[in-house]
Amino acid sequence: MRQIINTPTMKKTILLGSIALFIITMVACEKMLPPAPKDEAVLAGTIPGLTPQQEHEHLVGDVAFGKIFTPEQGLGPIFVQTSCSNCHAGNGKGHPTNVLTRFANVNGSIVDYLLSKGGPQLQQSSIMGYPAEVIPGEANVLSKRMAPAVMGLGYIAALSDASILANVDSNDVNGDGISGRVNYVNPTSFFIPQSIHIANGGQYIGRFGKKAEKVTIQDQVVFALKQDIGITSDFDMQDLYNVQAGINTGDNVADPEVSASFVHSLVFYMRTLKAPTRRNADDPDVIAGENLFNQIGCTGCHKSTFTTAQSDIEALSNQTFHPYSDLLLHDMGQLLDDNYPEGNAKGSEWRTPPLWGLGLAKDSQGGQLFLLHDGRATTIEGAISFHGGEAASRRTAFNALSEQEKKQIIKFLESL
Amino acid sequence: MKQTLLFLLTSLLSIPAFSQSDSSFFKRIPADTSKLKLNMDAVYNRPFLQMGKLPVSIGGYLEANSSYFGTDGVSEGLSFQIPRMTIFLSSTIKKRIKFLSEIELEEGGKEIGIEFASMDIELHPLFNLRGGVLMNPIGAFNQNHDGPKWEFISRPISATTIIPSTWSNVGFGIFGKYGRNNLVWAYEAYLTNGFDDKIIANEENRTWLPESKKNPERFEESFNGIPLTTVKTAIRHRKIGEVGISWMGGVYNKFKEEGIVIDSKRRVDVFAIDFNTTVPKINTYFNAEWVWAIVDVPVSSPSQFGNKQQGGFLDIVQPIVKRKMFGWENSTINLAFRTEYTDYNVGTFDETGENIYDHIIAIVPGISFRPSTQTVIRVNYRYHWQRDLLGNPAARTAGFQFGFSTYF
Repeated sequence: MRQIINTPTMKKTILLGSIALFIITMVACEKMLPPAPKDEAVLAGTIPGLTPQQEHEHLVGDVAFGKIFTPEQGLGPIFVQTSCSNCHAGNGKGHPTNVLTRFANVNGSIVDYLLSKGGPQLQQSSIMGYPAEVIPGEANVLSKRMAPAVMGLGYIAALSDASILANVDSNDVNGDGISGRVNYVNPTSFFIPQSIHIANGGQYIGRFGKKAEKVTIQDQVVFALKQDIGITSDFDMQDLYNVQAGINTGDNVADPEVSASFVHSLVFYMRTLKAPTRRNADDPDVIAGENLFNQIGCTGCHKSTFTTAQSDIEALSNQTFHPYSDLLLHDMGQLLDDNYPEGNAKGSEWRTPPLWGLGLAKDSQGGQLFLLHDGRATTIEGAISFHGGEAASRRTAFNALSEQEKKQIIKFLESL
Repeated sequence: MKQTLLFLLTSLLSIPAFSQSDSSFFKRIPADTSKLKLNMDAVYNRPFLQMGKLPVSIGGYLEANSSYFGTDGVSEGLSFQIPRMTIFLSSTIKKRIKFLSEIELEEGGKEIGIEFASMDIELHPLFNLRGGVLMNPIGAFNQNHDGPKWEFISRPISATTIIPSTWSNVGFGIFGKYGRNNLVWAYEAYLTNGFDDKIIANEENRTWLPESKKNPERFEESFNGIPLTTVKTAIRHRKIGEVGISWMGGVYNKFKEEGIVIDSKRRVDVFAIDFNTTVPKINTYFNAEWVWAIVDVPVSSPSQFGNKQQGGFLDIVQPIVKRKMFGWENSTINLAFRTEYTDYNVGTFDETGENIYDHIIAIVPGISFRPSTQTVIRVNYRYHWQRDLLGNPAARTAGFQFGFSTYF
């Protein structure tokens, strides 16, 4: 055997065979690796037109978004989840296991968010050996909130206040039964107005959050870091604690627990996260569904198209996008009234949720749908059935459609 | 400390280099294959080199490999690793008193650890004492994990992430064995230091027993003063194979500090069953292990921290060629196949009643070449599907691994 291998012919054969095997393996490596899912099938990815440096910054933010916090890093001591991505799996909508609970004492027009009692949000989880928060006895209103999807927020952030105000019809002058209005809220201490913002008596238009209670993405990020994860930042140094355990107990990590640059990374990530890509837009049923959607007046609130203003991120400047929302508050009727006012928004008023990404919601919610602000609707038809108040006539119009037409509308919504 | 250890290891490793000019300087002590061996015998059933008449034998093994993996269309390219190099030192101190240690350098020396360093006092075949750094006898892989013994480059997921192999701790215990004809029965029972509360407070975002391995204090003191108990019993029939049943349990959290009770005692219990056999005549080798972990997770922990985990693997190895190849007598080519499943969170969501996922399913076909029983050159193709807690579409990872592992 040894003699055979030592022959020059055999050595040459082995050498060539090895080279061939190596090449085949390298080619096979590429072929036998799992392919990337289609861009239209996922909510991850960047907006088109970013520079390589911006792409890199996006990846830094992506890591921050997925960062799992531990008690040594400042988690808690009371919290809801341990990272952003736990509530926004795959950048999509949340799941009932991560529902947030806001509480307050509401007495007529007087709203007490019970800040000295642990309000405004329940942190039902806690670090080892520390008691989780319980709803204080003074709370008489609870509002459950499902985490929203986070894609496409950069486009919404780049809208001018003027373009939002353009759809306001507080007194329903046009008589379509819809009277959208903006939620003017007090800005945070770290808010720096941009050219897109228009002040109104020291308040600004909220455009993020279920009740449009946040002016900027940064407001939402700083709030969620603290209220959802128990993480202090340069923008909010006061840590959470369980009032039943005592003031400033449970967390011995120096504040701030994350820096301003960490917050900025998260904000940049969300600003540059792409908008969902349409699927099956050419399908005749989808086209028919879109026409019906317009005909029965759903677009009265679910406005399809906006154009951004000038942005510091060039890829976000003057871009047309399709959120299917007017970003305004609407009275949605008794069934959706959570009796929990925020800013100027009443209990029954909700910001029109963008419908983009609706067709991919199942892929972040474990194969099921949990729609509306608290996830109570498990089908799109179910969500429509809860529409009341200003949207009641649209619900009635939807119910009057034939089964085939309803399916076409659903198919259209699933294509978003 | 690390530098001293490195110096000692380097010195030890340089001895064979000096001896190369004199082949009689080192005497190879082959692994004993005459008796029925169990997984628990793996620590001593290794090839050693003895230097002259010195009472100390040395041995060890090296693993090196390259891999090319991709997840959902994204690949980090080709990379090369030395996952571990291990040195054994063995000595018979006096009649019926033995010492053996296993020092492991992981990831090119980034981590150096004493995996095993114990003294055995043999009193009776059925009753012997062992003390020092012990490998907790839970499952089979934790006891029998030497790279050259396996046809697969990656270690089984359940055996490294539910049972945190290699899992060893400081402690004491007893062991014994009884053999008759074709049958051998054995047991081991140890008290050691154990886990800590990092198993549910970690960056893995799930109940993660390996997190306790990061705590170097466990070699100096117990986290909570309550020992971890590990018990294993195994039986082997020469024609049927070996079955092992094991349990490891204890309190993992700090429930008392300065005498003040700060929490209730929270237990972690791990059960394992293992089996291996070789089919006569065709020599097909089957090796399987299944593990369950039950952890008392506080109700105030988020749902991703599961209180039940389970998983296991099945390896099938079929020798297809055994003859002289490339000048090596009794060389073997094996086909191998592994299938494994690991569920980090068994149960359902309270909120929806739906199944909690967070699991991995993997298949690993491979081929290996053994110029001798002590050396294996292997190629694996690995494909695994990982679903998140909610059961969203699985992340798919696949790739090739090529490498070798050899005793020296």
